[in-house]
Amino acid sequence: MTDPMTARIAQNPRFKELVHERTRFGWILTGAMLVVYFGFIGLIAFDKALLATKIGTPTTSLGLILGVAVIVFAFILTGIYVQRANGRFDDLTAELIRDLGR
Amino acid sequence: MSRFNHPLLLGAALAALAASAAFAAGPDLGAVSQQATNWPAIGMFGFFVIFTLGITYKAAMGTKSAADFYAAGGGISAGTNSLAIAGDYMSAASFLGISGLVYTSGFDGLIYSTGFLVGWPIVLFLIAERLRNLGKFTFADVASFRLDQTSVRIISAIGTLVVVAFYLIAQMVGAGKLIQLLFGLPYLYAVIIVGVLMIVYVAFGGMKATTWVQVIKACLLLGGASFMAGAVLFKYGFNPEALFSAAVATHPKGDAIMAPGGLVNNPIEAISLGMGLMFGTAGLPHILMRFFTVSDATAARKSVFYATGLIGYFYILTFIIGFGGIALLMSDPVYFKLGPAGAFDKLKDMIGGTNMVAVNLANAVGGPYFLGFISAVAFATILAVVAGLTLAGASAVSHDLYASVIARGRTNEASEVRLSKISAVVIGLVAIYLGYIFENQNVAFMVGLAFSVAASCNFPVLTMSILWRGTTTWGALIGGFVGLFAAVGMVVLSKAVWVTTFGNPVAIFPYDNPALFSMPLAFLTIFIVSKLDNTARGKRERAAFEAQFVRSETGIGADGAHAH
Repeated sequence: MTDPMTARIAQNPRFKELVHERTRFGWILTGAMLVVYFGFIGLIAFDKALLATKIGTPTTSLGLILGVAVIVFAFILTGIYVQRANGRFDDLTAELIRDLGR
Repeated sequence: MSRFNHPLLLGAALAALAASAAFAAGPDLGAVSQQATNWPAIGMFGFFVIFTLGITYKAAMGTKSAADFYAAGGGISAGTNSLAIAGDYMSAASFLGISGLVYTSGFDGLIYSTGFLVGWPIVLFLIAERLRNLGKFTFADVASFRLDQTSVRIISAIGTLVVVAFYLIAQMVGAGKLIQLLFGLPYLYAVIIVGVLMIVYVAFGGMKATTWVQVIKACLLLGGASFMAGAVLFKYGFNPEALFSAAVATHPKGDAIMAPGGLVNNPIEAISLGMGLMFGTAGLPHILMRFFTVSDATAARKSVFYATGLIGYFYILTFIIGFGGIALLMSDPVYFKLGPAGAFDKLKDMIGGTNMVAVNLANAVGGPYFLGFISAVAFATILAVVAGLTLAGASAVSHDLYASVIARGRTNEASEVRLSKISAVVIGLVAIYLGYIFENQNVAFMVGLAFSVAASCNFPVLTMSILWRGTTTWGALIGGFVGLFAAVGMVVLSKAVWVTTFGNPVAIFPYDNPALFSMPLAFLTIFIVSKLDNTARGKRERAAFEAQFVRSETGIGADGAHAH
């Protein structure tokens, strides 16, 4: 890639929009994952009794549900990102490439 | 598990279990005697070997260019790649180790399952597509994109080789022990079989064969685990509550298995472990390579999404299998070494150790032929993982060290690929030798060390070079080495090595997992050294960020990797 090309892309408003949106989105989701996971670890470290609480059923504990929930949450979060990236972000990239072709 | 009574030591061993057979087979099976030769298992494994060798032959026919060899020509689909990624993760240790951990401590097994999984979203949000857009064959391609080729490839290749070496030793020793137990073959036979097969897969079939071996194994393992979990749930009318009640009724710890136990007592240890698991995943060279085997960033993203689902599903199965082990095996003396008067300890006396829970459960729900199948899958699992590691190591030697550092670009594709094949053979032979000399050593800490190095050297160098404009070669080089030495040093001074292996009375470094300290140290060093770097080269590198940034975000100008 030549330098003028780089500059052209970097100045393109669509590029700025793409980068801004995706970076923000990526970090928000990263933050959400860190909070949920280290929240779970924190509960294990500091409040074991809470996780031992029975929830309605005689055996299943809150901790068990939360543990499975962390796994499901990680999966859903990646799904949300991929859906948005393969839709919105890829569209923006395609538009950007069309712009450059003109 | 019986030897890990101290919670922190248990933690160390479990960190080590990460994605390896070390834990599954290293410490626990150390004293096993060879079992009777298990012909159904050997037969099924033989079938797997013949089938995968056929695939390797076909892959070898289609492997001509360097892109074919290192990255399967970029022609792997997102779905296939996700199975390969999941396969790299669903190791013998995840399967046998976590189900064994659930068997002994119930809930605590879930702590590891979640830790292994949550690295993936981070990989996706911050790394995967940028890696695909910038890279060609190895993650060093990405880290050295705008930095000095020689320096950055040296630190990346050393990081890769250290991770591969520790991981590989743990796997080889684990394989030997496991095979001794499952197949009734001598230790050395098993190590040689694993070594020779991985050489053949990698040297002849390159990334294509390595990927397909991993995919086939992932399908077999997912199928086998699904059947076992299904059979367990079937016995309890597909009502998890009934399964849990039965488990609580028979487990000596009773209702305590439904709540966090002694695994995580120290918050600092817990967070450090979590960081090592989470960010180590994002720095494992054999996993990062998989992002170059797909056609573009869209496919790279999809692979992580599917892989996260597959791995999550697999860990939930493992959890059910562990509880099934409690409910179905714990009160049946058939599965235990009996003491005088038929007495046995439910947690300590299981035949083959508690890591054999899944294997014994296979016998309980599916009979001897299913037991043979699961044993064969466990062997195939180790084989597939070591093949991936060998390829990552061989690529670091040929593509990073030889082509860019030693020959400085004055080489051609054919000789680079030839050197890569030679490296694969050498790595295989070294692995057999190391497997042989480490037979009776405690290798449980080695996978934990591999994860720590990946999190403290590879991951910081990679992310800083991609995400931060200010990173310079000096910053990446010095920061990478600081992270590497800090991680290795802290593990050596920790209890697992300093006390358990070297026999000193007290550990100098108080925690088992260094990531909480070594990883920020590496990031900080990269930051400070880069800031202080006033060289002309440093200025050029900062200026070159723009071009890298544009390409990493858009993929414009990215390597197609596929020559076809």
